[in-house]
Amino acid sequence: MEHWVVYLLNGLYFASFLFLTSLGLSIILGVMGILNLAHGSLFAIGAFVAAWLVGGYGSNAPITIFVVGLLAALGVAGVAGLALETTLIRPMYRRALEYQLLITFGALLLIEDVIKMIWGGTAYYASKPFTVMGSLDIGANQYPYYFLFAMLVSVAAGLGLWLIMSKTRVGIMLRAISMDREMAQAMGIRIRSLNTLAFGMGAALAGLAGALIVPTTPALLGIGMEPLILAFIVVVLGGLGSLKGALIGSLIVGETRSIGIVFFPEIELPLLFLIAVVILVFKPEGLFGR
Amino acid sequence: MGFRDVILKPKFFVYLGCFIVLLFLPKILPIYHLILFESGITFAIMALGFNLLLRYTGLLSFGHGALFATGAYAVGMMGEYFPDLYRIEILIPVALAGSFVVSTIFGFICVRHTRVFFSILALALSMVLFALLVKLYNITGGSDGIHIDLPIIFGKSFEGMKRFEFLSGVYYYLLICVFAAATIIMLAIVNSPFGKALQCIRDNEVRAEMIGIRVRRYRLYSFILSGLFTGLGGAMWSFVNGHVTPEIAEWVFSGEIVYMTLLGGFMVFEGPIIGAILFTYLRLYAVSITQYWMFLIGATLIILVLLLPEGITGGFVKLFSKMKRAPSTGVA
Repeated sequence: MEHWVVYLLNGLYFASFLFLTSLGLSIILGVMGILNLAHGSLFAIGAFVAAWLVGGYGSNAPITIFVVGLLAALGVAGVAGLALETTLIRPMYRRALEYQLLITFGALLLIEDVIKMIWGGTAYYASKPFTVMGSLDIGANQYPYYFLFAMLVSVAAGLGLWLIMSKTRVGIMLRAISMDREMAQAMGIRIRSLNTLAFGMGAALAGLAGALIVPTTPALLGIGMEPLILAFIVVVLGGLGSLKGALIGSLIVGETRSIGIVFFPEIELPLLFLIAVVILVFKPEGLFGR
Repeated sequence: MGFRDVILKPKFFVYLGCFIVLLFLPKILPIYHLILFESGITFAIMALGFNLLLRYTGLLSFGHGALFATGAYAVGMMGEYFPDLYRIEILIPVALAGSFVVSTIFGFICVRHTRVFFSILALALSMVLFALLVKLYNITGGSDGIHIDLPIIFGKSFEGMKRFEFLSGVYYYLLICVFAAATIIMLAIVNSPFGKALQCIRDNEVRAEMIGIRVRRYRLYSFILSGLFTGLGGAMWSFVNGHVTPEIAEWVFSGEIVYMTLLGGFMVFEGPIIGAILFTYLRLYAVSITQYWMFLIGATLIILVLLLPEGITGGFVKLFSKMKRAPSTGVA
């Protein structure tokens, strides 16, 4: 029984950074109608920034440096996102789908190698926060406090985003754009700058997610590929542009992974895709899509 | 369009000329370039199939790597488990049957959606195949992949022959014939009433439905046909490469398929062929001059999308029509 609690809690940890990644992807797709294939690379930028900062401090890194790392990852990925949007994505809004996908695919290849140029091909370790925080005893099992911390950060970010989207003027304008672009423009909403903002926000969330994963897995080249694919599944499962969808979707994916890895590691990933496909066949707009 | 009409078209002579040049290529090209060219030709067969979906049906698949891998792995698995049947006249039909099954499953799920959701779905499904190829290593060899032996071609065994001798000899001519046949069949498909119906669906789904075209079913047929060409390309490629690994099922390779098609220009029938061959050289060139080859490929891709969206052939067509128009309008 206690094992099950640990499996479920592990699943929650998976879900927490997946939630942040897919939330960013979902905002970008919902507001701008662009599927950002480079989203995993923004995740990787966040991971490398945090790992480089924390790992650079050596073995006596205080826990505050990790918090700084999280914020730095958020900022750097956000700025990278803003740069990406203004230079490459902006000319693409009126273009056909294939060009939009290809430009983000090009950006993905580009960023992967820029990361390689800056940080080299080696792995960066930053397991310090993980060991410092210790762990909680659940019966005979240990559960790291760090996982709880990651969940807390994720929930806080999700809550903050929800507040922005539902209470502030900017959030309402963003939602208006995702509902009807032309009408929003006709009402005098400045679509251009809000697009940039939305892309930056999505990118920052991906960076934060990347920083959160670093204490448990070293930052390696190509670290963003799997989160990207999983985030696709989450978005497909949960439905476009829906905060609730991203939450439920990442919970499903996180728990399936965590339980799948224990019981049937061979088909854990195909199983996830199978769930996504079944949902899409019966409910094409996703669980909470419009 | 009767036989006479086809023969009398100038395009026919261009095709014939290209085919004759291809026949003499082994005498001209050094062996290294010839093998590279052969892998480009296999990609071209695949790109023809991919473009049936993109240009003529209006669906952008980001998961065609999986169908390519199906063809290649069909050959590999046959060699592993049925070595007695390792003959090209059996292997090719098996590869086609395999890609028929996989593309039917993929197509059945994917054609329920269009636009970006079609792309995501195709991508997700291709990753299922990728994950299976990696995880079921007892059957598929996992990330090590499978070695591809030289096949028996029409009863003639090539055992003990070096691969490059095989590739520059009999296999080259076989590949060229398969390629020519694939091109002609695709040309026939595109110009048939079926092909016109697909283009009608692409242009206006509602109208197509109104005039009695069964939209979803035709999309499925198109997907399956596209999958067959892609699988054929994969099977032919496996002999050239000599080894198959799961990477070809991963979505990054699928992205490269999209890239080569757009590089050549997907609005022209022959564009993807040119794109595929060029991409093979471009990629190898990038890999050989820098360790940051992804940067180079990504940068060229971005430049292409921004400045030359119609691809190389599209650019030529534009230039050509401009030159033609110039004297009459008086603007050079």
